[in-house]
Amino acid sequence: MRQLGNVLSGFYLTACYIFILLPVAVLILFSFQDGRLAVPPFKGPVLDWYVTAFNNPRMMDGLVNSLMVGIVSSAISVILGFLAAYGISRHEFPARRLLQGVIILPLAVSYLLVGMGLLVTLSSLGLGPSLWMVIVGHVVINMPLAFAICLAQLGEHQRKIEWAARDLGASTLRVLTQVTMPMIAAALVAAFCLCFTLSWDEFIIAFLVTRFDVTLPIVIWTMLRGGLNPQTNAVGSFIFLCSILMLVAVELLLFRKRRA
Amino acid sequence: MVSSNEARAASQARLAGLGFTLPAVAWIVLFFGAPLAVMAVMSLLPLTADGTPPQLSLKAYRDFFSQPAYVQAIWNSVVTTALVVAISLLLAYPFAYVLATRVPKRWQRFALACAILPFWTSYVVRSYAWLLVLAPTGIVNWVLINLHLIERPITLAYNPSATVFGFVHFFIMLNALTIYANLVQINPRYVLAAQDLGASAWRSFIAVTLPLSVPGMAVGAFLTVVLCIGDFITPQILGGNKELLLPQVIMMQIQRQLDLPMASVMSLVLTVIVAAVYLLVQKPMRSARL
Repeated sequence: MRQLGNVLSGFYLTACYIFILLPVAVLILFSFQDGRLAVPPFKGPVLDWYVTAFNNPRMMDGLVNSLMVGIVSSAISVILGFLAAYGISRHEFPARRLLQGVIILPLAVSYLLVGMGLLVTLSSLGLGPSLWMVIVGHVVINMPLAFAICLAQLGEHQRKIEWAARDLGASTLRVLTQVTMPMIAAALVAAFCLCFTLSWDEFIIAFLVTRFDVTLPIVIWTMLRGGLNPQTNAVGSFIFLCSILMLVAVELLLFRKRRA
Repeated sequence: MVSSNEARAASQARLAGLGFTLPAVAWIVLFFGAPLAVMAVMSLLPLTADGTPPQLSLKAYRDFFSQPAYVQAIWNSVVTTALVVAISLLLAYPFAYVLATRVPKRWQRFALACAILPFWTSYVVRSYAWLLVLAPTGIVNWVLINLHLIERPITLAYNPSATVFGFVHFFIMLNALTIYANLVQINPRYVLAAQDLGASAWRSFIAVTLPLSVPGMAVGAFLTVVLCIGDFITPQILGGNKELLLPQVIMMQIQRQLDLPMASVMSLVLTVIVAAVYLLVQKPMRSARL
């Protein structure tokens, strides 16, 4: 009975893994296609489509824009989120719970709503779309996450060390930058990386509030009209590789921290 | 003297706490709260045919609910989302359960990481990747034709079931994560106790493990609803253009009709649906510690 269960479980796991990994495998395989269409049979492998993608100026502009939006919005998210988490976990003040609720709120709504709100506001103020608005929107969706991560890390243990530093005469700023932040540095970096991967990949807000200067997901979206093009596969595979490298970096960083 | 010093210190601490928290709150209020308010006002100022300044009215709401195509879009969105939640939970639960109970502890993290790998490809590219598999010239049709099982390509992409397929692929990962995180927190002694008292493996699962994993399922289901019902990409790439979902109709209002008041009405309707779901799953979600 137990063995039958194990065999069935094995089958089920394998089937799930095939279902989950199949599209990614196909995506990567056909990025090396030798031909104009990303359809079987597979010929190759060649790196032509990677060369084409990296020589595509629209693609490179999108890449640079996405990097810029990702870095700036994640930095703002982590700074604001950390400060708020510090304020809420270390101080008693009126309406604390309410303010915490306000910060968390965007986690429970669709990105579409955030983007629509910004678009409607821009248009009623008579302002044009711009990359800055993408940054603003990405902070709205990512800062609550950074806040939650920081809040979970600021426990009693850290609080006692902060008290000790304050007893020894450190100013609030000094405690914050030389005691609190180093103690949860790993969480801050992890929060930054998570915000970055989410921002780098976000579509609907970026789509609604930009027009000419766009981010990478929008460039890919416009490319999709060209059908099953191996260049799209190459870009997709490249983004996948970047995200995986980022995650491995986070993992190593946190893992080393834990051992030390 | 001492007490007034203490009082001053306490009020200073209070101010400092507010000072640290306010920038984040201000950002949310200014760039999320205020835009929502603008949107709500906008939904009450419908466009006029002759371009005269609009007047406060519920006309856009009336137009929305009296237009069968729009009501159909709500229905399509609700049905699609419900299907996706149900299928994702059904498929993800056994997956997470096997992972948590049968896979050796030291492999679990790695197995989980592999299971959410496609999570990290670009969101737009993920739907596109399913086209490579399901399109008339895609892998599945190619294999079936070469095995002489079919003569002509069968329709797998560009219809509502392809949309559901693409969604399920994404949300099975998400639900597996939340359910797994819940399952590994259940004290194994509860199950042992049930079995000591004579419950069969099946009975102890139904009576002990399953109820204790409801919070993980509730969190997964709610995230699925929020992300699924507001998604434009997956239906647009995989779903063809016959049965539209609400986000697609919203985007049409913005891009083709240039009717922002109507788009605002639709977005608010979408939000009301999500809020209703939240009220429904709020209780089990609150006990989740993921």
